[in-house]
This record gives sequence, C-alpha cells and structure tokens, in this order.
Amino acid sequence: MLKLKLLSLLLFVVFFAGTKVNSGYQVGDTVKDFELKNVDGEMLALSDFEDEKGVILIFDCNTCPYSQAYLDRIKGLHANFKPKGYPVIAINPNDPGRSPGDSFDKMVAYAKENGYKHDYLQDEGQSVARAFGASNTPHVFVLKNEEGEFKVAYIGAIDNNTKDAAAADKKYVEDAVNALLEGKTPTTNKTKAIGCTIKWKEA
Amino acid sequence: MNKKNLLLLLLFFTGVPAFAQKAEVVKFEKLDAIINQESEKVTVINFWATWCGPCVKELPYFKEVAAQNPDVNVYLVSLDFVEKLDRVNTFIEKKGLQSQVLLLDEMDYNSWIDKVDESWSGAIPATLLINSATGERKFVEKELEEGELEKLIAELSN
Repeated sequence: MLKLKLLSLLLFVVFFAGTKVNSGYQVGDTVKDFELKNVDGEMLALSDFEDEKGVILIFDCNTCPYSQAYLDRIKGLHANFKPKGYPVIAINPNDPGRSPGDSFDKMVAYAKENGYKHDYLQDEGQSVARAFGASNTPHVFVLKNEEGEFKVAYIGAIDNNTKDAAAADKKYVEDAVNALLEGKTPTTNKTKAIGCTIKWKEA
Repeated sequence: MNKKNLLLLLLFFTGVPAFAQKAEVVKFEKLDAIINQESEKVTVINFWATWCGPCVKELPYFKEVAAQNPDVNVYLVSLDFVEKLDRVNTFIEKKGLQSQVLLLDEMDYNSWIDKVDESWSGAIPATLLINSATGERKFVEKELEEGELEKLIAELSN
C-alpha cells in the first residue's frame, strides 16, 4: 500500500514536472537570491539591491522586435524609478547558441550603443528565467523589498500598446510601482502580452 | 510565337502561379468567430509572425497539413504590426502559403490572450486546435516538431 502511494506520488511529481506551464514564481512569492554577470563584467546579485525599495526586473534581449519596441520605455522606467528606489535590472535569458545576436559580447555592445543606465545581466544557465517562469521577452517582474526579502508584486507586460507608447492607456508597471511607493497593493498584478519566446537551450 | 506568349501559355496549362493570396487585417472579433464557428472539420489556428524564427521554421508543417488533409481548416494568424502588412504579403508569396492568413491588428493583448486560451503566456509560436463537433480543444505554446501537428489533429479527430 505504501509502495502504491509512493508510486502515485512519483507519477504525480513526474506529471507536473512535465507540464511547465505556469510554473515559476507567482505574485506574493519570495524570490531566491541569484547572481549573474553584468555587461560591465562584474557579478551582480539580487541581494546587492538590498538598500533599494524594490526592483523592476525585466527578462529582455537584444534581438526581439518587441524588446526593441520597448527599449526607450525600459530606459524611461529606470530614469523615472531608480531615484525613487526601484531600479531596472534587465536579464537576457536567450541561449546564444540558438540566438547568436544575444551573446555576452553582443549584449555589451548593445548596452553601450543604446546608452543603458540600467544593469543588463546574462542568465547563462537560464536557471533564473526558469525559476521565475519567464516565457517571453520583454517579461516584467516587479519585486518589492520587504526587509531584505524580495517579493513578487507584479508579473507581466510594461503597458498595453507594444508599438506605440503614446497610445498605451494602461501603464501596468508604472502604476504598480507607483502603488507600491504609496504603500498600496497594485490593482493589476498580472497581465499577459505577445512576445518573443525565450530561446531555451536544446534539451 | 514569341517567348512571352510561350511563357503565358505554359503558365496557363500548368496553372502554377496561383495568384498568391494576401493577409486579411482583422480585429479579435473575427478571430473569435472562427474559434467558435460550427464546422465538421478540425480548425487549426497558428499564431506566428514574420520576425519570429521558430514560427517561420514550423510553418511548412501547417502548409503541408493544409495541402494534404481536406478535413482540416488551417488559419495562420500573423501578429506582425499592421504597418508591416507589405512584409507579410511578400512573405506569403515567397513561401507560397495557401491557407488563410489573418493579420490580427489588436494591440491590447491582455484583453484577448485569455480568450484564445487561459494557459497561453503570450509567447509565440502557439497553436490552437479545435474539434467544433465535440467541443474539444488543444493548445500548444511551443515550436512543433515534424509530425507533431498530424498527431495532435489525429487525437482530436476521434
């Protein structure tokens, strides 16, 4: 009987390990610390941001047209919210083997060419993107620092118009961070958007 | 007979350059109607874009199924920006796509992604298969391998 229970537990685990959809952090979850290489060549950890009120973490890349469409808005979020305690951290999860334009050297060049003021990290093993359950680029996770623990407060898109910032009438990330700064809970804490699939390493 | 006429005659008999169709620019309402339409056939709706490498890679499988399986209706829903319509039409012609191509000009993604499928994160490629006779659906958010589409259709046809 115990064997049967163990077996069904095992099957259960195997079954859910196979369905990757919706795995990863949900709103309210505490994020495990990670450390990745920044475009300045130094290692940077989430815990290095412990003095900030939170961070706007964005899975992003060089090559996706949707990331490119949001480039100025991502820089704008950093310019606007870094002074208020919510800097942007961009993380590129794409496998350079499948997306050569996303290699570390290309990231360094891209950040320089576009005058990045925010950090831009390479998720070489893709473990951070997996832990977060990121699926596409750009994919945003707003994290709130609660006494050294980073908790997920918002997951999703930057706003509701990819191609035209001026036409976006719902600024999800801006609204979420502003709510957090006022000590409130964001009204919209999860959205979806079309984006480029993360280029996972071939299994 | 000059060369030009000969060419025309040849085209006439081979019937080849079947005038390449063009993408139809639609709002979600139209797509919603296709998703919920009554049909004896299996409806396959593939979400793609010309800029999406994995999407372009799997398109031949959809082309193949559309050509080989008369019991399946294939719709290719392009998520390219409407400003890129010419690029989409050139692509359709170059690849000889015969299935209906709809360019979904609907920016407020969050308002319709869940209506396609609640499990969809919004990443493409993604494919929705519907057997409207049984109401059964399948949704896959990934690049399909060779033969996988046929398998999914077979599972739905029963």
